[in-house]
Amino acid sequence: MTIRITESVWQHASQLCSLQDIIDASGLTKEDVLELIDMGIIQPSNLEAEHYSFQIQCVTLARTARRLRDDFDLDASGLTMALRLLGRIDELETELNRLRIRLGGRGARQP
Amino acid sequence: MKYIDYYEVLGVPRDASTADIKKAYRKLAHQYHPDVSKETGAEDKFKKIAEAYATLKDPEKRAAYDNLGRHAQGEEFVPPHAWQEHFHESAADFSDVDLADLLAAFAAAQRAERRQRPLRGQDFDVTVPVTLEDVYHGSETEISVALPEYDAQGLLHRVPKTFHVRIPKGAADGQRLRLPGKGGSGLNGGKPGDLYIVIAIRPHKLYRMDGRDLYIDLPLAPWEAALGAPVRVPTPGGEVEMTIPPGTTSERRLRLAGRGLPSADGKHGDLYAVVHIALPARLTDRERELFQQLAKESRFNPRAALQSRTGAAQ
Repeated sequence: MTIRITESVWQHASQLCSLQDIIDASGLTKEDVLELIDMGIIQPSNLEAEHYSFQIQCVTLARTARRLRDDFDLDASGLTMALRLLGRIDELETELNRLRIRLGGRGARQP
Repeated sequence: MKYIDYYEVLGVPRDASTADIKKAYRKLAHQYHPDVSKETGAEDKFKKIAEAYATLKDPEKRAAYDNLGRHAQGEEFVPPHAWQEHFHESAADFSDVDLADLLAAFAAAQRAERRQRPLRGQDFDVTVPVTLEDVYHGSETEISVALPEYDAQGLLHRVPKTFHVRIPKGAADGQRLRLPGKGGSGLNGGKPGDLYIVIAIRPHKLYRMDGRDLYIDLPLAPWEAALGAPVRVPTPGGEVEMTIPPGTTSERRLRLAGRGLPSADGKHGDLYAVVHIALPARLTDRERELFQQLAKESRFNPRAALQSRTGAAQ
């Protein structure tokens, strides 16, 4: 059975979503998400706490947070630490990959 | 239904304590969790580990699982008669039911109150590998997924579905397509989950990607690099002629503006040709003669900078 997609949304990095969207998509509670904002892990695009908006990638981050919390039984502090370190690894890998790409020749290997 | 030996998955004996099960799970989770592991196939492996742990950590589910008897890993089996009665209407077909879903439905049935509460369906992520050409021109593709659907007894069946999806021109690596309500079905009037399709651009044999920009290795003969030359360079939009300026050195990046990947707003990235000076694997007699002549007559010293710093070094 093939279903032709009629209603679908390509998500672009520039798209914004609400606090409720993040809560719905991640399965985290409002308190969990606010804690991640407090700790600087999830960064809203504006500073009005009443009407926070977020870049769409924050949904992916929040879902990762929920997985890590549940799968490793992490408390808030452990979760923040894990996300911070993963973010740092991500940055380093991106930078390493970019250097390899620019270097070319034998140094260049895409992951 | 395929039997999965959860004890074997976690590497614990059948009489393991809950504490030992937890310890074994943690150890494996650290190794295979897809968010922290780089091992190939980590995601599938972790899924099995998590499934095993979810069953064995819960005394009720563990007892129900033990009650299924012992079978070989992966063996096709039919749940015992008592189980079939429990799910009497769907008893005819257990073939598209996952063991974990069966246990979950069983546990939910034990706790009658769970059946009343609306449960939102699960969200699913499906990664779709596409080629660089697909996102350059835009394309269409079909995606097959087995999505869980509840039957009247609250038992999940994995139902295969195929979606026809348009990959828009300028789609980015990691970009997500959200199909609202196309994920797992909800229970007790709960809303269905969403299906997310995630674009993964496959590595290309010629081009390397840095966002919208592309990099290609461009080998040049020493004389082309020295004298300059017109060369033909492949780009995703077709071959272009490029003028190599005289005196081009190795590792120099020559930019072809607007020849990279398009983005959603219609702008294009750039293509960079990274120069590498190439030599024939074997010189002909005449080539050797000409190089020897050049070596004799040239006064160029490529190591002048090294020598001025270290004094007498040659």
